[in-house]
Parts: sequence; structure tokens; C-alpha cells
Amino acid sequence: MLSEIVDIIVYILLAIGVFFNLLAGLGLLRFPDVYTRLHAGTKCTTFGAIFICGSVILLGLKMWFQGSSDGSVLAIHTAGALIAILITNPTGAHAIARAAHRSGVKPVGAVVDDLEGKPARKSAPMKKGADK
Amino acid sequence: MDQEDCRMIVEPIFLTVLGLLIFSIALCIIRVFKGPTAPDRVVGLDTINTLVIVGMIVFGIATISVIYIDVAIVYALLSYISTLFIAKYLEGGEF
Repeated sequence: MLSEIVDIIVYILLAIGVFFNLLAGLGLLRFPDVYTRLHAGTKCTTFGAIFICGSVILLGLKMWFQGSSDGSVLAIHTAGALIAILITNPTGAHAIARAAHRSGVKPVGAVVDDLEGKPARKSAPMKKGADK
Repeated sequence: MDQEDCRMIVEPIFLTVLGLLIFSIALCIIRVFKGPTAPDRVVGLDTINTLVIVGMIVFGIATISVIYIDVAIVYALLSYISTLFIAKYLEGGEF
């Protein structure tokens, strides 16, 4: 009884995760701009990875309660991978967005840019229109 | 016995999930080849890295083997470092 309920929860979590990962690919293909593509490609994959790793952790815990020794190892290591994804993915996206803005890529349809001409660091003045 | 039972239940749905993730990676590869500017290609590569990590985790649970998940952790950290270096290169600042 409890095993079937856990299986249904695992399937629902997997469906949500795969749906958001497919949305990430579709948004990366369809959006018009670097920043909107970054929005699609990073947030959707992080959200989908949370749900897929959650389903894998739940399945590992179920296998552990059924007496398999691999289940606990799978659950703990998947939790480690999930923590690594959660720390590294938004940080990398922020670095890419900052690099895109400083290398001179403008958002599509932007009228005013509040960061225009402001060097973020004192030692490195901003290059205008470098490698467009 | 018990582990075989779990494997028989789990395996087809996880392989289907893996196929859908590979389809999403194919969409990202199209963006990497089409991207007009260099940051577009970097965004595509970053998304491909995350999808490969998730695919490794799914493959590790489909064939009950922990080594794929360990490889996924190391891949996550290395892809983060490579993304930071490419962003730093695009930005044109000093290290």
C-alpha cells in the first residue's frame, strides 16, 4: 500500500521535472535575447533538477526501507549532487549575465540602460562595444 | 531479490525520462550552433551541462549504480569552474 503511494509520488515528481527540463530547451530555442534565454535555460533546469533529484532521493529511501543497501548510498549521493547543482547553477548564470552585459550585448527592445557607462570596478574601466 | 524487484519496476520510466532529457539537450545543441553572439553559445553550453548532470543521476538510478552519481557531482563542480572562466574571458577583465 505504502509502496504504491511512494511510486505514484515518484512518478509525479519525475513528470514535473521532465516537463520543466523540456521547457528549458524550448525556451532556449525560442526566446529572442541572451538574457531571456538565460532566464529560461537556468531557472527551468534548476527547478527540474530539484524535482528529478527529489524523486531519485525518495526512491532511494524506499529501497533503503525495503532492505537494499544501495538505496541509502544513492539517496545521500544524489542529495550531494543536488546541493552542488543548487549552489553552482545560479552563480554561473549570474556570471554569464554580467559578462554578456559588459561585453556589450543589449537586450532586445531595451530603451534605457541604467548601467550604461558605469564601471563596476575601479581598476577595470568598462569597454564600450567590445567584441560585439 | 528485492533489488531486482525495484529494478524491474523502475527501469522503463527512467529510461523514458532519459530520452526526453536527451531531446532537450538536442534543442540546446541547436541553440549552440545557431547562437548569434558568444554569450548565447555559453548559455547553451551551461544548460547542456546541467541537463547532462541530471541525465547522469537518472541513469545511475535506472541501473542501480552509484558511480554515475559520483561522476555527476564532479562534473557539476568542473562545469561550474569552466563556466566561470568562459564568463571571465568574455568580460575581458583581469583575473
